[in-house]
Amino acid sequence: MTKRRFILLALLVGVLAFLAAGCGGDDDEAGGTGGGTTEEGGGEAVSGNISVLAVWTGAEGEAFQAVLDGFKEENPDVTVAYKSASEPATVLSTAVEGGNPPDIAALPQPGFMTDFAERGALKPITFATDAIKEGYSQSWLDLGSVDGELYGLFFKGANKSTVWYNAAAFEDAGVEPPADWDAFLEAGDTLKASGVTPYSIGGADGWTLTDLFENIYLRTAGPEKYDQLTKHEIPWTDASVNEALTEMGKVLQSDNIAGGTSSALQTDFPTSVTQVFADPPKAAQVLEGDFVGGVIADETTAEPDTGFNVYAFPEINDSGPVVMGGGDVMVMFKDNPAARALIEYLATPEAAEIWAAKGGFSSPNKNVDTSIYPDELTQQTASELANAEVFRFDMSDLMPGAFGSDALFTLLQDFLKNPDDVEAIQTKLEAAAKSAFTS
Amino acid sequence: MSSTGGVVGLPTGEAPPAPPRESAFRRALLPLSFLAPALLLLFVWVVYPMLATMYRSLFNDRGTEFVWLDNYELIFTEERLQTALKNNALWVLIVPAAVTAVGLVFAVLTERIVWSTAFKISVFMPLAISAFAVGVIWRIMYQQDPDRGAINAGIAAIQGEFGSEGVLSQASPSTDDLTGSIEQGFELDRTVQPGGVALLGLTAIRVPEIPEDAVQAVQPEPLQGGITGVVWRDFKPGGGTSGEVEQDELGLPGVTVELRDSSGDTVDDTKTETNGTFAFDEVEGGEYRIAVASTTFAEPFGGVNWLGDKLITPAIMFAFIWFQAGFAMVITAAGLASIPRDTLEAARTDGASEWQVFRRITIPLLAPVLTVVFVTQIIGVLKLFDLILSIAPGSTQDEAATLAFVQWQVAFSGQNRFGLGAAIATFILILFIPFLIVNIRRFRADTT
Repeated sequence: MTKRRFILLALLVGVLAFLAAGCGGDDDEAGGTGGGTTEEGGGEAVSGNISVLAVWTGAEGEAFQAVLDGFKEENPDVTVAYKSASEPATVLSTAVEGGNPPDIAALPQPGFMTDFAERGALKPITFATDAIKEGYSQSWLDLGSVDGELYGLFFKGANKSTVWYNAAAFEDAGVEPPADWDAFLEAGDTLKASGVTPYSIGGADGWTLTDLFENIYLRTAGPEKYDQLTKHEIPWTDASVNEALTEMGKVLQSDNIAGGTSSALQTDFPTSVTQVFADPPKAAQVLEGDFVGGVIADETTAEPDTGFNVYAFPEINDSGPVVMGGGDVMVMFKDNPAARALIEYLATPEAAEIWAAKGGFSSPNKNVDTSIYPDELTQQTASELANAEVFRFDMSDLMPGAFGSDALFTLLQDFLKNPDDVEAIQTKLEAAAKSAFTS
Repeated sequence: MSSTGGVVGLPTGEAPPAPPRESAFRRALLPLSFLAPALLLLFVWVVYPMLATMYRSLFNDRGTEFVWLDNYELIFTEERLQTALKNNALWVLIVPAAVTAVGLVFAVLTERIVWSTAFKISVFMPLAISAFAVGVIWRIMYQQDPDRGAINAGIAAIQGEFGSEGVLSQASPSTDDLTGSIEQGFELDRTVQPGGVALLGLTAIRVPEIPEDAVQAVQPEPLQGGITGVVWRDFKPGGGTSGEVEQDELGLPGVTVELRDSSGDTVDDTKTETNGTFAFDEVEGGEYRIAVASTTFAEPFGGVNWLGDKLITPAIMFAFIWFQAGFAMVITAAGLASIPRDTLEAARTDGASEWQVFRRITIPLLAPVLTVVFVTQIIGVLKLFDLILSIAPGSTQDEAATLAFVQWQVAFSGQNRFGLGAAIATFILILFIPFLIVNIRRFRADTT
């Protein structure tokens, strides 16, 4: 009895919901019943429920939700459930091991994409290749491919070849944003003489150190060597690594960095930014990517131009304007029409522009209208990213996790402790890389 | 109770009085059917995952190859796991005993003070905070920079009370002519004779620290029979030329300048004017050295490096003790309350001192309660994870790690080494077994 009653009730609720949905639709087409939706899409209307997992929360979460709402507008029959996870890799590897991953996820490191693809957990997105080719340079397609097959779409990019500085400190010291490495080091000495520590280093977070190393290495060794080192085709004991670490050591000297070595080792990334814009400033500049702008806006009172400004990471030995960066790659764990539609949607400039207008976002899609970015500094860093002649992805994100996001962090932190002992660190790096790349 | 027949599904109406055997079966069935949901949940959530983890620990990280005990071998050979083993041993040796002792002291003391309830609440309060939040709080308090970390700010405030006062906190020489440090003062390398002029250029002085009355620096004229000179901020926007007094470079007023004779002893000292100049009149003939005295510089306090690799484990231990002392105190206080008063009174009447009462009566009677606290703390310490993640910065996580922390690191922080992770989890379980046995034995002893 009760079971039958329940079914009846469920049916009733279903019918009511259906009616309500019908009323909410276009009144003009009320007579046309279901046929209307197929026409307006131009193709076949997709429907279904899909789940999306990404790291974005707070303002970023809201911005991404706005992008998903844009998708929902075009595909009203698809319900997208967005879930954020602070450690997507952890959640996803557990979910994959348990056989219940979301339809689509944004991975903060393409290394995880390779990992999941090799485990057979991902579905290729070759259906979207042409759409992606339209807006993305080949390097982004290469980055999204595993063994020649396209698995990932880079929706959000990051330009990590930027230096953010305290404009007043530069003015007090009479220093101009340097264009090359020698001018950069010289500016550091002048800043020091003016009484401001030149650099702020967030050494508690290992990734700030890998970013600095990669920026220097990409410029001293060039993109080819960079690719080889990324794949561990040349050892970390190579002379090119020695040269880059030696240059890096010049920056990391204790009297060059805010609070000295031991304080830098426990300064996390947000603090490394805010202390540059504190009063009085603890350092003149912070060497990190475009996302520094968001931290400055959220956590300090500094104003653009008068308070803070940005310049491109300086050239070394005429390396030309090269960009090292990162990005979040969208991957598909389940193949269904609704998931495919979302991937195709995210590849369009319109999708990226929704978030771009809200700030804190750079799109690698070169068809995105740069004037839509909310301020001049973002327009500058974002167009550098999308139009870079030489772009290389953050090396540590492309390596096996055990090295790229573990051993490399701790060993570069050891290097920060003792920036003069280049050879010893090289030997340790090589030993750690060897074991991580072979296991 | 007639419905029990329905459960077994037997026709009850015409059944003869049940034979003893069947009744025993039935009697067992009833509690079993009540227990079944709990047992099922226990199996699904405890027994099965435990066995699955043990099984998984015998495979490689991808789960594709059976590797026998290789993962367990790694526990004893990998560097960070060796640190973790050592740390775990330290934790077990020090912390449970410390927590129990602190809890006991607090419990005994609160019996004797007026505001005991308020005191108990304030000690117990940390237990109401989640362990992760406790970690975040201490992480902030332990920051090295006195502007950020409360503990170092406190130390800096006390040092500031008694420390030296100076007009500047940092500076360095602008040329190689000056040598020394802010601790020893900066001495001019060459000697000066009466009639000579000493130029003491300093840089790396923060803009807010330039004394307010400072004016354009002036290079003084030589003085017959005396020594003159200037101490100035040898810097102008863009850098300027080192060692030269230029336009837009400010004198440093209030700086103590020492006149040292050939053997290095200070024979005279003076302070600079607003334009940085100073003069020693009527100096006897001879060779002198001029120096900026160390008293010019207030000794900067860099802060104790609590979160550095040396102090990180003691720092986390202290936070843990702060966190758990309330628990130990409350349990111990409950035990104290149940000690028969007349035994204590009898001892006192017999002339025992308070210490003897405490040592010979209170402690032995409290022993069972203290054991409970101690064993609970050992279990808490063995599985310690959250405080390490939240207190240790990335740069010292490896130095602070315990087994439970490394287990998370290798399996779940992106390394995906599930085989090793499962092995560590199993190893921790094995470490637990003796304490579980002790607890179960005690539980049995209590109930009989």
